Amino acid sequence: MSEARSYLELHFRDLEQQRETAELGMWVFLMTELLLFGGLFTAYTVYRSSYPQTFALASHELSAPIGTINTAVLLVSSFGVALSVHGARVNGRKRLLAGLAVALLLGIVFLVLKGYEYHDHYVHHQVPGLDFVWTRPQPEQAQVFFFLYFLMTGVHAVHLIIGIAIVTVLWFQSYRRRYSPEYYTPVEVGGLYWHFVDVIWIFLYPLLYLIR
Amino acid sequence: MSVDGSESERDYLNVAYGVRSWLLTTDHKRIGLLYMVSLTLMFFVGGFMAVLMRLELLTPQGDLVTSDTYNKLFTLHGVIMVWFFLIPSIPSVMGNFILPLMIGAKDVAFPKLNLLSWYVYIVGALFTFYVVVSGGVDTGWTFYTPFSTTAANTHVVSTTLGIVIIGFSSILTGLNFIVTVHKMRAPGLTWFRLPLFVWSLYATSVIMVLATPVLTITLVLVAVERAFHVGIFDPALGGDPLLYQHFFWFYSHPAVYIMILPGMGVVSELITCFSRKKIFGYNFVAFATLGIAFFGFLVWGHHMFVSGESIYAAMTFSFLSYLVAVPSAIKVFNWTATLYKGSVSFETPMLYALGFIGLFTIGGLTGLFLAALGLDVHVHDTYFVIAHFHYIMVGGMVMAYFGGLHYWWPKISGRLYPEGWAKLAALIIFIGFNLTFFPQFILGYLGMPRRYHAYAEEFQVLNVMSTAGASILGVGYLLPFTYLFWSMRYGRKASANPWQATGLEWTTPSPPPEHNFAVTPVVTEPPYNYPTSEALPEPYREAQVV
Amino acid sequence: MTTRVVSESTYIFVLLALLVLTVVTYLVSRVDLGKLNVVIALAIAATKVSLVALYFMHARYSSRLTRVVIGAGLAWLTILLTLTLTDYVTRTKF
Repeated sequence: MSEARSYLELHFRDLEQQRETAELGMWVFLMTELLLFGGLFTAYTVYRSSYPQTFALASHELSAPIGTINTAVLLVSSFGVALSVHGARVNGRKRLLAGLAVALLLGIVFLVLKGYEYHDHYVHHQVPGLDFVWTRPQPEQAQVFFFLYFLMTGVHAVHLIIGIAIVTVLWFQSYRRRYSPEYYTPVEVGGLYWHFVDVIWIFLYPLLYLIR
Repeated sequence: MSVDGSESERDYLNVAYGVRSWLLTTDHKRIGLLYMVSLTLMFFVGGFMAVLMRLELLTPQGDLVTSDTYNKLFTLHGVIMVWFFLIPSIPSVMGNFILPLMIGAKDVAFPKLNLLSWYVYIVGALFTFYVVVSGGVDTGWTFYTPFSTTAANTHVVSTTLGIVIIGFSSILTGLNFIVTVHKMRAPGLTWFRLPLFVWSLYATSVIMVLATPVLTITLVLVAVERAFHVGIFDPALGGDPLLYQHFFWFYSHPAVYIMILPGMGVVSELITCFSRKKIFGYNFVAFATLGIAFFGFLVWGHHMFVSGESIYAAMTFSFLSYLVAVPSAIKVFNWTATLYKGSVSFETPMLYALGFIGLFTIGGLTGLFLAALGLDVHVHDTYFVIAHFHYIMVGGMVMAYFGGLHYWWPKISGRLYPEGWAKLAALIIFIGFNLTFFPQFILGYLGMPRRYHAYAEEFQVLNVMSTAGASILGVGYLLPFTYLFWSMRYGRKASANPWQATGLEWTTPSPPPEHNFAVTPVVTEPPYNYPTSEALPEPYREAQVV
Repeated sequence: MTTRVVSESTYIFVLLALLVLTVVTYLVSRVDLGKLNVVIALAIAATKVSLVALYFMHARYSSRLTRVVIGAGLAWLTILLTLTLTDYVTRTKF
C-alpha cells in the first residue's frame, strides 16, 4: 500500500480526494468533447433536413454491413474496458490485462475496417475535393453529405487513435503492476474516455449509414 | 498564520531561481505571473494595431495605410485583444494566482495541466506572431464565410489554427478551475461562504468549457474548407454561410461573458473591501452570476439580425437578449447598495471599481439599444456597436483587470505600488477612455460604418476627438506598466493584509510561501465579514495538525 | 464515487442488450416507415448510449455532481441544436 500512497500528490489531502478530482476532471473534459462533436451533429441536422433525398441516396453508398460490424466491434471493446476496470478494482490482474488487450485489438480492427471504407470511397470518387463525381442530380448536396461523413468519422477516428494510445499505455502500466485496488484511477479515467469514443460512434452509425 | 520574522523569508518567488524553475513550474502563482508577462506583451501588440488605426482615422481620406492594410489592422487588433488578452486576462492571471489562496488550497486541482495551458497559449501566440510578420489576415476577427474560406488571400488558416490552439488553453484552464472549486475548498468553506470572485471564476469556467469546443470545430471547418475547397459554409458548394455565423456566435457571445464575469467578480471584492461592508444581497449576486452564464448562451442570434436569419429566430433572440440584461442589472444595483452607508475610501482599486460600474452600465444599456430589432438595423456595423463593446470591454473589463492588479499587487509582489502615481494613472485612463469612445456612439448613430479606413468629411471632428482620447489612454496604460515594474524593486514592503480585507488570501504572507498554507485553514465565518466597529475580528483559525 | 462494485454478469447483460439493439436498428432501417425511421433510430441510439453511460461508465453509481455535469453537457448540446434550428425551420426556403 505504500506504493499506492506514493501516488498521492502534494496538494491533495488523501487518495480519495485525488481520485474524485480525476474522475470529475475527465467527465468535464468529456462534456467539452460532446460539444465539439455537437457542432458537427448540428451541421448534419441542418443539412439533412434540407437535402433529405440526396442524403438518403448518398447514405446508401456507404456499406451498412461494415458500419454495423464496426458498431459491434466498438461495443465489445467497451465491454473489454469495463471488464478491465472491474479487474483492477478486485485485484483481478488477468481481467485487467485481457480487457485492455481486447479493447486495444478491437480498436485497431475498427480502424482497419474504416481505412478499407475510406479507400473504397476514394476509388469510387466519393471523396470531396479529390475528383469527386456524383452523376445523380444535386452533386453539391451529395458533396455536403460526404464532407460531413469524412469529417465526422475522421474526427472520431482521431479520438479513437488517441484512445488506443491511452489503452496501450494503461496495458503496459498494468503489466508492470502499477495499479492496485487502492489506486487504479488512470484505468478508470482512461476507460471513461474510451467509452465516450464508443458513445459518439453509437450516434454516428445510424445517422450516417442508415438513412432511408 | 503568523508572519514570524524568525521564519525564513522563503516565498514562492525566492524559493528557486533560474529559467528552468520558472518554465517548469507547477506552482499556480508562478504560472499566473508567466501569463501576466505574456498577456502584457500581447496587450501592447494589439494596442499598437489600435494606435495605427486611430492615426489613420485622423483624416477622412485613407491616406496613412491602404484599405487592405487597414483590414488587417482591425482584424489582428480584434483577434489579439479578444483571444490573447481579454479572455485569458483575469482568469489566467488573477484566477490562477488568487483562486487556490482564496479557497484555502495548496494549488489548483491539476497543476501540471495548468502549466500545459500556458504553453498551449504560447504556441497559439506564436501562430499569431507568424501571421503578423508574414502579411496578416484581413477577414475581421469574425472570419465570416465565404469571404474567409474562398475570397480572402491572407493567412486565414494560420490564424484560425492559432485560435483553435489557444482555445485548448481556455478549455483546460476552465476545466481546472471547475474541478478546483468543487474539490479543493478548505473545510468549512461552503459554497455560500465563498467570495464572489470564486463564483464568477466558476461561472466563467463553465462557459469556457461548454462554448469553446464549438468554436474549435467551427474554425477547423473553416480551415478545412479553405485549404481543400470543400465544405459546408460556401453556397457554391451547397453550404449555408449563415450556419457558420450560428456556430461562431454560439461561442463568441458567451465569450463576451467569459470576458466580463471575472471583472464583475473583482469588482465585488473591491467594492466590499473599500466600503468596509459586506455585499448587499450575496445570494442574488451569486445566482445572477450563474444566470448571466446561462442566459448568455441563448442570445447569440442578436449578432445576425441583418444577416439573413429568419424573422422568428430574430425575434426569439431579441427577446432573450433583454432577459440576459436582468442579472447584470441586479449586480449593478447590489454594488450600489453595498456602497450606500458604507465607509467608502478611494484607493486606486476602488477608483477602478467605481469606473467599472459607471462605464459598464453605459455599455450594457447600449446593448439594449442593439437588441432592439428595428434600432439594430440602423446601427449594425457602425461605430455605435464598436463604442458599445469597448465601453464594456475596456471601460469595464480592462478597468477591472487594473483594479484587481492593484488590489492584489501587494500579495503577488510583496510590495506596495506608489499610490499617488496610481491614482493619477487611473484618472488619465478614465478621461482618455471616455474621450476615445463616447464620440464613437455619436459617430455610429450618425451612420459612420465600422471597418473602413476612410469616411465622410462631416465625421472628422469626432474622429479627431477619439484619436486624441486614444493618445491620452495610451499614456494612461503606460503608467502602471512603469510604476508596477518599479515597485517590484523599490516599492515599500507590504504586510500580509495591507487593505485589512477579508478573504483567505490575505491570511498568507506577502508574497505567499510556495505551498500557500502550512496548515489548512478552517472557515467558520461568512464572507465579507467586515466589522462595524474598529476592531478587526479573527475570522480564521488554523485546523488542528493531525 | 463508485461505492458499489458492478458485477461482471451485469456487464455481459448490458453488452448483449447493446448488440441486440444494434441488430434491431439495422433491421428496422431496411423497412420503410417514413418519418418513423429516424425517430426509432435515434431512440435506439439514445437507449444504447444510456446503457453505456449508466453501466459501463458507472454513471448510475456516480455522485450527483457527476450526473449534473452529464446533464449540463446534454442540455447545452440541446441548446445549440434547438436554437440553431429555430432559424432553419422558420425560413420559408433554404
